Amino acid sequence: MTYVTGLRCRECGAEYPQEPRHVCDQCFGPLEVTYDYAGMARVLTRETIAARPRSLWRYRELLPVMREPAVGLHSGFTPLVRADRLASVLGVKELYVKDDSVNHPTFSYKDRVVSVAISKAIEFDFDTVSCASTGNLANSVSAHAARAGLNCFIFIPDNLEQGKIIGSAIYGPRTVAIRGNYDDVNRLCSEIADKYRWAFVNINIRPYYTEGAKTYGFEIAEQLGWRLPQHVVVPTAGGTILPKVAKAFWELHEIGLVEGPLPKIYSAQAAGCAPVIQSLHRGSDLINPVKPDTIAKSIAIGNPADGFYVLKAVRESGGWGEAATDAEIVAGIHLLARAEGIFTEPAGGTTVAVTKKLIEQGRIPRDESIVISITGNGYKTLEAVTASVASPFVISARLQEFDRLYQELVQPTPARVAGG
Amino acid sequence: MAVHVRIPTPLRRFTGGAEEVGASGASVGTVVDDLERQFPGIKERLCDEKGEVRRFVNLYLNGDDIRFLKHLETQVKDGDELSIVPAIAGG
Repeated sequence: MTYVTGLRCRECGAEYPQEPRHVCDQCFGPLEVTYDYAGMARVLTRETIAARPRSLWRYRELLPVMREPAVGLHSGFTPLVRADRLASVLGVKELYVKDDSVNHPTFSYKDRVVSVAISKAIEFDFDTVSCASTGNLANSVSAHAARAGLNCFIFIPDNLEQGKIIGSAIYGPRTVAIRGNYDDVNRLCSEIADKYRWAFVNINIRPYYTEGAKTYGFEIAEQLGWRLPQHVVVPTAGGTILPKVAKAFWELHEIGLVEGPLPKIYSAQAAGCAPVIQSLHRGSDLINPVKPDTIAKSIAIGNPADGFYVLKAVRESGGWGEAATDAEIVAGIHLLARAEGIFTEPAGGTTVAVTKKLIEQGRIPRDESIVISITGNGYKTLEAVTASVASPFVISARLQEFDRLYQELVQPTPARVAGG
Repeated sequence: MAVHVRIPTPLRRFTGGAEEVGASGASVGTVVDDLERQFPGIKERLCDEKGEVRRFVNLYLNGDDIRFLKHLETQVKDGDELSIVPAIAGG
């Protein structure tokens, strides 16, 4: 049973049937999947969902697939970690980390959007899938394409971290690195997508792809015991996930699965690529593109397609946003690792650093519930922290040498006298 | 100045299916006006009622986003390439 009613332009409201199409013919606005919420509300209950397998497909009525999902059967349902040690460092009462650094199979939130996009591409009968990516999306498309037995072309900027490049290559896609930044890759891909009949997950499959991001929000609410948090901090690159998390909370409310006020949503960007935050702080609707210059490569998108909807979702929710410098981002990665044992990539360091800033500014109250969105894994971006972690102590395999090292490490504690 | 203009799929119904067309003008703005003269209705797809480029339309002159140049006032030269590209999602 599907509750999808079609596609509608977010700008001008023009309607289209379900088909591979990413922009409105009338105004180039993005298209949004529409649903019959009233019909869904009559059948979808907390109990129905709770009885299903622990993957993002437990919310399938709220996702745009017509047939049995083909991929992503183990994607999603990542931990919502109660982060008491980090809460104590930040001086807040109730803090959670929604941890997509352990998403299956490629360790980022992209496994959500790609599960939906590739299931949809198979419904539309494509034999080749593709994407423009800063790394995580390419990893996920490559893995899911391998699993589904589809041909795969991925397009990335030529300056990505090794972990992100190999993390795609291992699955056997054709990888094309473009001399330039992500925005250059995107521009080329939009022309390629016009010419080749492929399922470009973030171009002609975009309306379906973006819906997958809602599952991050559904899970937060379900894992809190069908309760909405008061504040959610989300990183912003192209602007897909933040508006979809807001939509997720709204939808759960609309079909009666949660009650109470909707959360305030906050955007986190790297200071070296903060077109949305600049616009938010200026009080403007107009987003001026920037040339990215930050270690947070996964969120280095200077011309965010959905930036306008990030602004809208943040403002309508009563939230705010901030940017973090590269030094603050690295400190954020260390803080999360040391306080909670979670190793995130620079995008996650950005979100931690921005959360800290917003709490210090008094924008997020210290006595209310807060969720930090961790969307990617630090093992893919070792370069970002290599210079800031301690090197190992190298010794020979002799107890005496370790004893000497131990004495140095525990100084100035006086040495215990053996047999004394 | 005569420039080559790359037309994306959603606008090809205005250009009789052509992927690339020629247009002339001294600036990006006047090139867009010339497109409208040749292909009536196309400008409304690119620009809003105030004449500004729509939020989800990107214009690139020889690969550079015109918002890094002088927007519609950007001067063009003979043989330049203007690409019209819808905004796309990222990651």
